[in-house]
Amino acid sequence: MIRRANPALLVGGALTLALLLVALVALAWTPEIPTRVRIPLRLKGPLAAGLLGTDHFGRDVLSMLMLGAANSLAIAVPSVLLGATLGTAIGAAIAAVRGGVETAILRVADVVFAFPAVLSAIMLGALLGAGPTAAVIAIAVFNVPVFVRVSRAAALGVWSMDYVAAARSVGRGPASVTRTEILPNMAGILIVQVTVQLALAVLTEAGLSYLGLGIRPPNPSWGRMLADSQTFLSQAPHLAIAPGLAVALAVLGLNLLGDGLRDALDPRLRSR
Amino acid sequence: MIRPILLRIAGFALTLLAVAAAIFVIVDVLPGDTASVMLGTSAREDTVAALRAQLGLDRPAPIRFLGWIAGMLHGDLGQSVTYAMPVGTLVAERLAVTVPLAALALAIVAILALPLGTAAAAAHGRAPDRVIGIVSQLGVAVPNFWLGLIFVLVFATGLNWLPAGGFPGWGAGLWPGLRSLLLPAFALALPQAAVLTRIVRSATLDVIGQDFVRTARAKGLAGRAALLRHVVPNALVPITTILGLQLSFLIAGAILVENVFNLPGLGRLAYQALAQRDLVVIRNVVLLLAAIVIAVNAAVDLGQVALDPRLRRRR
Repeated sequence: MIRRANPALLVGGALTLALLLVALVALAWTPEIPTRVRIPLRLKGPLAAGLLGTDHFGRDVLSMLMLGAANSLAIAVPSVLLGATLGTAIGAAIAAVRGGVETAILRVADVVFAFPAVLSAIMLGALLGAGPTAAVIAIAVFNVPVFVRVSRAAALGVWSMDYVAAARSVGRGPASVTRTEILPNMAGILIVQVTVQLALAVLTEAGLSYLGLGIRPPNPSWGRMLADSQTFLSQAPHLAIAPGLAVALAVLGLNLLGDGLRDALDPRLRSR
Repeated sequence: MIRPILLRIAGFALTLLAVAAAIFVIVDVLPGDTASVMLGTSAREDTVAALRAQLGLDRPAPIRFLGWIAGMLHGDLGQSVTYAMPVGTLVAERLAVTVPLAALALAIVAILALPLGTAAAAAHGRAPDRVIGIVSQLGVAVPNFWLGLIFVLVFATGLNWLPAGGFPGWGAGLWPGLRSLLLPAFALALPQAAVLTRIVRSATLDVIGQDFVRTARAKGLAGRAALLRHVVPNALVPITTILGLQLSFLIAGAILVENVFNLPGLGRLAYQALAQRDLVVIRNVVLLLAAIVIAVNAAVDLGQVALDPRLRRRR
């Protein structure tokens, strides 16, 4: 059966694929060495030196943006996967156990969720020193309660199904049923949530690097490039525009991909 | 009605105490010797010892924690080492910037998102819905601090309408103060307004699909009247929950946007305190920001009980 194409899935998928490709290519090749300082070429506009110009050290903006994509994902992907794994384990467990433990854990999750990632990063910065490790942990901590809630709700939905009752009736315990029936049947919801949280993580990473709490210079990051651009805002506005567009396109792509996947995986929601 | 309120206030106090304990462990206990963390590795031994005595670090951690809590109850948050002034005074000064900034941003979020989201739902599937959908999808993706930079580029250095940063203080008058908060508030608000617009739209669509709305329509209530009388009040409960949660994003955003615009607010203070390793300031500011978020969400929770009679009986 041929269905009407899902535009969110197509556009989001294309943008996300482009982001991944750029990040992968940047690991092997960039037009210039992104950290090479070339003072005679400083603050050149787009096309005057390189495709997107140069910054206040004469570094090539395009090359920095490309490696910035890889660095952004290097923070966003592990932090979301860490948060998703922990959160899903907790969420699936409390959906199986129920009772007072469930209520208590949900309360704690609410409090942790009220803690903005930037605030955790500042606190962890005091503990670990500001840097990529503190950034990954801060974003992961923010993601745990999100996945606790989502996976608990999804698991409860699956628990009410007849085939789970059938599996229980042959005498299998909650842990075994969770592994073979519950988790596989909530994979779709989790994949959608991971995609959406990746978008938020890219956005948060940019903010943390802007504050100097993420990727450490001279390793390029989109947030740091924006922070540096501020000093030369009226002289070289292109330095402020390109990295911001990169963040926005990456986030837009991941969000659209998440929306598209949700529609594709759950046809009941398609009318929305 | 009184009992649930009291229970919630007790729960709020307990939550704050737990959060304070967590912050204390992360900022004060785990880093090891706080005094040498604050002074850096090159500090002389006697300077470290002096600071250790000044901060009372010679006492065991549980006693220090109780001392912090007891001081807080007396309104004494301790002394900032870098600013050489009481943390309480420092925080009060900064709150006078951050609270108006967040309030202004929250107002912009609500003023934009409520009508846009409702309009999109009312025009479900037609052109206005699609346009609002695309614009809000773009808005969600834009980093607030980047929006701040672009605003500076356009409205400050370009058109020269508003200041590019800094804060004259409320002593300079209401308008000069407000003027310097306008660009930061919009930068902070627009991405969150996009988030809320999408939520208002789907909450409204949920209610529109319910039987009582069909009944109202069947009784002959015209489209707009049914929307305002029956749909909007019922959609408000999920919307206020999200609006409360958005405050935590606005506060996180304030840390960034205050840095873009050089505003002497609480977020910038937290960030600067990290750079200066002023752990006394960090733990108090982080706790205060967390307390604001938790308090607002508790208040939203209570407000919903007033908004929705069904929640009263269930709890």
